[in-house]
Amino acid sequence: MPAPLQSALHELGKPRINRAPSPILAVATPWLLVMLGSLSPTWPIISSAPVMPPLGFLLLVAWQQLRPGLFPVWAGLPLGLFDDLFSGQPLGSAVVLYSAAMLALDLIEHRFPWRGFALNWLVACPFITAYLVLAQQLANLGGGATELAAMLPQLVLSLLAYPLAASLVGLADRFRLIPIRAL
Amino acid sequence: MAAPSNRRPGYSRRAQYGNFFGYVAAVAGLGLGALLLFFSLGNNDAGAGMRGAASDLTAPVANAAAGTRSEAQGFWATLSGYFTSGVRVARLEKEVAEARVKLAEQAALREENGRLKAMLGLTEGEQRPVVVTRLIGSTSSSSRRYAAIAAGTAQGVRVGMAVRSPLGLVGRVVEVGGSSARVLLITDTDSSIPVRRAVDGIQAYANGRGDGTIHIRLAVTGLNPLKKGDAIVTSGSGGLYRPNQAVAVVVQLTPDGAIARPLSDPALTEFVAVEPVYEEVAEATSAAQPGAATEQP
Repeated sequence: MPAPLQSALHELGKPRINRAPSPILAVATPWLLVMLGSLSPTWPIISSAPVMPPLGFLLLVAWQQLRPGLFPVWAGLPLGLFDDLFSGQPLGSAVVLYSAAMLALDLIEHRFPWRGFALNWLVACPFITAYLVLAQQLANLGGGATELAAMLPQLVLSLLAYPLAASLVGLADRFRLIPIRAL
Repeated sequence: MAAPSNRRPGYSRRAQYGNFFGYVAAVAGLGLGALLLFFSLGNNDAGAGMRGAASDLTAPVANAAAGTRSEAQGFWATLSGYFTSGVRVARLEKEVAEARVKLAEQAALREENGRLKAMLGLTEGEQRPVVVTRLIGSTSSSSRRYAAIAAGTAQGVRVGMAVRSPLGLVGRVVEVGGSSARVLLITDTDSSIPVRRAVDGIQAYANGRGDGTIHIRLAVTGLNPLKKGDAIVTSGSGGLYRPNQAVAVVVQLTPDGAIARPLSDPALTEFVAVEPVYEEVAEATSAAQPGAATEQP
């Protein structure tokens, strides 16, 4: 009988005798996944109001909480710059916010080293809220005049989307560690 | 495993320095971002070249994906149609009856309009779109409302051109790359369009509110003459937009105007037409017929 999908996925990243994960896959997957999230403005979703969660940021926070130290602390600079190219925000806004989030997450990691998923979500909530509000304020400085109330649906959606992003990151982490290289 | 409370990675000098410079680089990145932000806030065009190149790179994939969007929407529309068809048929029949009357009135108006225009010696410039293309994406997670279209300088698109769908105005081109362009949607808070009420020409400005609706601000304040259901069209003043293009319908009144819903929901629009800047077309038309205005008695 074939194993159910759920347990098949759990077997995905398990170590095996005489096999090791590919270093390229292990290093590149987290960066590519966050960049893919930043590309969400090019997905075929056209909306006349801000509704999509900031996927790049959600994935970055999720990676940083699941695998602290996988990204270097300065990862906010390149990833933020990439996000700025597509997000429609003034250039530099995501660079600042991603970098600040990486430094703050690092502090939290050292203060509360043992965390469960519930605490991760609880930590992510203020980060996401701060990111959305500050990003909106920066966009307003750059010529917009959006009211804070217009952001509420997006905020709720983003907070609820964090567990999805976290489980996607969990899956990508198993994929990253598939032992495919023969020793 | 939890990280040790002491941040030193061990006795290795190299590892300690690596760790330290990681933090230095992180803070430097923060500073660099702030610097970038400072320059880009002063100048909205900052990074336009980089953004254009990035959007050109992703445009082919996004263009292919845009086709699936309308198919998926069509699928759901077909499904939901089974449940609502009876009600809709009744409503549509009523609307058709009303529309027939309106059509007759419009025909009369058009005839009168033609006569008046002939009297003034005006000719309407036949306006062909620069290009018809797909909407391929929008900044759906930022509070700014930009969309991308799959045509750029190669197709003749220039900054300032109006973008419209069959239902009405969508926005205006603000940045152009080689094969893609960035469009400021009419719902963006930075977008301000001179408009008038379709029936009597009360002047107003249509400002986006960033949440999918538009604020209609009357040019002359006082008693608010707007009513729910009023159609708002472009007035053509300023020369950026062709007059009489449908923009929005009033849904709610405010003390100084109204909140309106845009007619061309970009989410339901697949193909859009990019139109030349209206002022230039008007000038070209009047230059082609120099006698028209001067020969009047």
